[in-house]
This record gives sequence, C-alpha cells and structure tokens, in this order.
Amino acid sequence: MAQEFAFDAAVPPRTGWWLFVGAASAGLALMPMFTDISVQLSLSLIFILSLLALSMSFLWGYVGILSFGQTVFYGLGGYCYAIFALNFGFTGWALLVAIMLPAVFGLLLGYFMIYGRISDIYLSVITLVVTLIFEKAIRSTSGPEYVIGSVRLNGQNGIPGVPGLQLPGMSETLSIEGVFYLAAAAMVLVYVGLRLLLTTAFGRILVGIRENEGRMQLLGYDSRRYKLAAFVLSGGIAGLSGALYGIWGNFIAPEMFNLNQAAQVVIWVIVGGRSTLIGPIVGTGAIQSLTVWLGASGVGQVTLVLGFVLMIFVLAFREGLLPTLGAAGRALRDRLRPPPAGSGSGSGSGAEPGKADQGGGHG
Amino acid sequence: MRLAGAPVARVRIRRNEDLDQQIATGAYLVLFSVALLVLISLGLAVVFGLMKVINLAHGEFIMLGAYACVFSVRAGLPLWAAFVVAALAVGVFGILVERLIIRHLYGRLVDTLLATWGLSLFIVGAVTTLLGPQGHGISTDFGNVTVGALNLSVYNLILSAIALGMLAVTWVLARFTRFGLLVRGTMQNAQVASTLGVNPGRVYMITFGFGSALAGLAGAVLVPLTGVSPTLGLAFVAKAFITVITGGHLPLIGTAAASALFGTIDGVLSYAYSSVVGEVGLLIVAVIVLRLLPSGITGKLRSGL
Repeated sequence: MAQEFAFDAAVPPRTGWWLFVGAASAGLALMPMFTDISVQLSLSLIFILSLLALSMSFLWGYVGILSFGQTVFYGLGGYCYAIFALNFGFTGWALLVAIMLPAVFGLLLGYFMIYGRISDIYLSVITLVVTLIFEKAIRSTSGPEYVIGSVRLNGQNGIPGVPGLQLPGMSETLSIEGVFYLAAAAMVLVYVGLRLLLTTAFGRILVGIRENEGRMQLLGYDSRRYKLAAFVLSGGIAGLSGALYGIWGNFIAPEMFNLNQAAQVVIWVIVGGRSTLIGPIVGTGAIQSLTVWLGASGVGQVTLVLGFVLMIFVLAFREGLLPTLGAAGRALRDRLRPPPAGSGSGSGSGAEPGKADQGGGHG
Repeated sequence: MRLAGAPVARVRIRRNEDLDQQIATGAYLVLFSVALLVLISLGLAVVFGLMKVINLAHGEFIMLGAYACVFSVRAGLPLWAAFVVAALAVGVFGILVERLIIRHLYGRLVDTLLATWGLSLFIVGAVTTLLGPQGHGISTDFGNVTVGALNLSVYNLILSAIALGMLAVTWVLARFTRFGLLVRGTMQNAQVASTLGVNPGRVYMITFGFGSALAGLAGAVLVPLTGVSPTLGLAFVAKAFITVITGGHLPLIGTAAASALFGTIDGVLSYAYSSVVGEVGLLIVAVIVLRLLPSGITGKLRSGL
C-alpha cells in the first residue's frame, strides 16, 4: 500500500509551499475585481464543493478510510443550516450547528463502523448505503406533517428560501461577492489547516495507521480512536461544505444525498489525485466545469461521461492527474539531466534521502 | 405508468379483521420481503462470495434484465421465455464486463468497487441516452387468489417461488456438479485449485456471468410489479448491498440468513409504518449486527456455501 501514496505530506511544508498559498490567496482576493458575477458564482460553487472533496481525500489518502458517503454529512450540513437559520434567524450560529451536527452524526456512525472493526470495503459500502437511505427518508417527507420548528421539510422539493449568511456586526446578508470570499477563505483555511494538521503528531499517527495499522497498535496507539477522530473531523468539513452550499444557492434539496452526488465526490478526488490535498481541489474544478459544459447538451450524457471518466482513471491513471503529471515531470527531468560522472545513482543522491520523492505536487 | 420503485405486497384484508388475520397478513408480508431480498441480492452475493468483488453496478444489471424482459415481451415472447432471455442476455453482458474491466483488477478490492461504480453510472447514462428517461412496463393478468381470509396476488407468489428456486438451483449447481466443485475449490483457495489444474480465471469469468444472469433474471421477474426506467437499479441497491455485506462471505447461507433477518424487520416495519421506516430500520439493525459480527453473519463459519 505504501507505494500507492508517493506524495507524503507528513513533512513540514517548505517555503515554496507557503509562497504558493500566499500567491493563491492574493489571486483569489483580487479575483472579484476582474471577473463578472456569473464567473464568481460558478467559482464559489467549485470552492464549496472542493471542501467536500477535501473531506474525502483527507480520509482516503491520509488515513486510508474510504468513505463513499461523505454526502451524508454534506446533506446534513445543508439541512441543519436551513432549518436552524429559518427557525431562529441566527445564521452565524446556524453555520456552527451545521458543522457540529454532522460531526456528531459522524461520531455515532463512525463508532459503530470503526469500533466494530468493519473491513475497509464494508465501510465504503455502508457509508454509501447510509447516504442512499437518508435521501429516501428525506424524499418521503413531503407531507405537511413533517415540520421541524416552523420549517416544512418538503420532501423531494427541498427547502427554498434558505437565508444567506449574516455575520455578526453586519447589517445585511452576504452579497455574491461576499459569498465568493467566504467560500474561497473556507477552502484555503481548510486546505492549509489539513496540511498543517498532517505535520503534527496527530497527523503522523494517522498516516502511520494508513501505512500499517497493526504496527501503530503495537506501538501503543489506540488506532480506532484516531480513525474515529479523523472521521468526525471530515464529517464536520463536509457539513461546512453543505451549509455553504445552502448559503450559496439559497436552496437545499435531497439531491445533496443522492448516488450521483456521492459518485461525483469520488470522481473529483480520483481525477485530482487522492494522495495530495491540492489534487482534489483541481479535480473538483475540472470535473465541475466539465459537468456544467456537458449539462447543456442533453439528458443522461453527464452520467455517461462521468462514469467513463471514473472507469478510465481507475484502470489507467490510478494516482490521478496531479501525481501522474508530477511523476511524468520527474521522469522528464531525470532524462534531461546528464548522468553523473562515475558510478551513477548510488552514492551521489544518497546524501539526501527522500528528497527526490518530494518534488512535484504541493502535497 | 407506474414509477420504478420498490414493490410493496398488496394485500386486501376483509372485514372482521382479527388477530389471526393480522398474523397471517404479517407472515405473508414477511415471506414476500424475504423472497424479494433473496431475489435482488443473490447475484451480488454469488460474485462477492467467490471473487470478493462487490459489483456496484449490480442494480444496473437488474435494470438491464428488466429492459430485456420488457422488449422480449413486446416482441411477442411469452413471459417465461422473456425471463430466460433476460437472464442469458445479462449473463453474456456480465462475461463481457468481466473480460474488459474486472479481470484487470483482481486483488484490488477498492479499485473494483470504483470501476464498477463508474460502470454503473456509464450504464445509467447510456440507457438514458439511448432509450430515454421514461418508464416502461408490461402487464400481467395472474389475478388474485384467496387463501383463508387473505386475498393474495398470484404473481407475488410466483415471484417468491422463483426467488427460492434461484437459491435452490444455485445450491444444487454448487453442491452436485463438477463445475460447482471447481468453484468451491477456487473459492476456498485459488492457488491450490490452480496447482491442481483448474484455471481460476475461467472459473471467475463463468461465476461472474452466472451472478450477472441471476441479476438479470431478478430484473425480469420484477418488471411486472415495478416497471422499468434507467434508475430502477437505485431502488434496490441499498437493500442488496446491506443484505450481502451482513450475510458475510458464504453466499448462500449468508444471503438466506440475512434475507430472513432483514425481510422480517422490513416486512413488519413496512406493514406497521411505511416502507421508508422499514428501510431505515433495516439499516440500523445491519449496523448493529456488523458492530457485533464485523465479518457478517457467516463470518465465523469456516467453510460452506
């Protein structure tokens, strides 16, 4: 398994990475000046969905838990935000609830799966089934008797009129530009946060569990507790993504839970490359743009193309776009570089072990 | 046109409903739920049990079987012949899928899961593009039969009989034929079987084809009740996956045991509340069972079917 994750992030980020984050943040901050509203809207959506992709790739690429049903937390986050905000009006608190409640649900579900020592693929299938059943349950709540507080759940029609976010000290809800900044900030913060988390002792233990769970247990770590903590954290991130989606579109629907949505998350992560954190963000952008572009051209073709993309990536480009490009770049560089005089690879590169593995990809 | 969805046993209860009748109705509903679970999950279980491959496109195989049945009936074939056509067609399709995709991914559980998920989306997309998103259906006129105070649909009884028949035929094939012996041997230890001159690749291919044929037959049998549209598979996958995973690694005992457990829960809860409550209850019980028996009901059994 170890070879599968060539791009390890458990080393502290180098200066280049901080420059990259700084430049990207500055670029995002300046972007609304140069783009019109429709571009801002679609970029905001990509940022919001990137959070969902990050929540999955963190679990999959770094802890080795393949949760197919991150959409459970995404949908729950959306519904929590909508119901809380419509009932009480405190949108800031609603956002907080929309992170906490999915995390608590993750704790509950994760306890049964992780402490039961269910094998990996069982866990994948169970999370998927949970999201499918959530969708079915929400769809069946179209009657007027399904009310939480003063909000009707509305079954498959979803909840319209979800209020935008009104931060403390502000007199109005966020504008489109404000939502853009919110989404971009959330994405950058979660990305940087996860990247730094992986360099802490906690993060290294998680990566250790991915590499060899038995060894970590022999070293005295209760791997189940760490896995559960990672699962809960990722549930909270997915919940945040769902709440932001509600803020972005002012609308929440059971489609957030459905199989296509769950499949898209997997595709974003696979296409971008699960062994990096930046890959899923790129993957989300690429696939989301492809989906929007295809969406205009007919019924059924989006699923057709996405299914094909997923099969091709699993069969041919298992590592995903960025790692594949990174590996190709390294191979090219090695070929262009003149072979060292004398005995070749052995002695020269031995001085800095592991250095060669870190190039390409920002982790 | 009825929308595709999980079929619900229809029972008309006469006046003066007393406790006996309620129990009889409940028993009938439970039997039907159990049979339905066996029907939709056996093909998946056979493939999972032997090859450790979870075919996420299983629901779509059911859907293809349903389409094959509808078109065969429209072409003038009798219903039973349409069942056979559907099973054969999806079986052949399954062998094709095994050769093109699954074969390259043996031993990589997660990748098979992902590739078959891609396949599932691909099939839904392709069928929607080619045949349109609307539903199709066929009508049968088997009518109803009165047993005691219950008025039962004959077709539901036929469906239950076919499901049990599938279980029995699979058992007989695996237990008493030479190929069944090879399959069981490969299932226990593919390397030893290979040393003894069995070609595991061929065994896997045929088993996958057989599992697919079972899925195709299931779809065909379901069509008269549910109709078919490109999203038919969605109505069943959740239940089928839970049944197979809870069943564990022995396909026949596991499926039978898990179907009996979940069919009872689903039947009782659906009868008392609604089918959604039934499904949620089924999921909760499954999660608890897996907390206690992480490798499923048959996880502790070493050998068997």
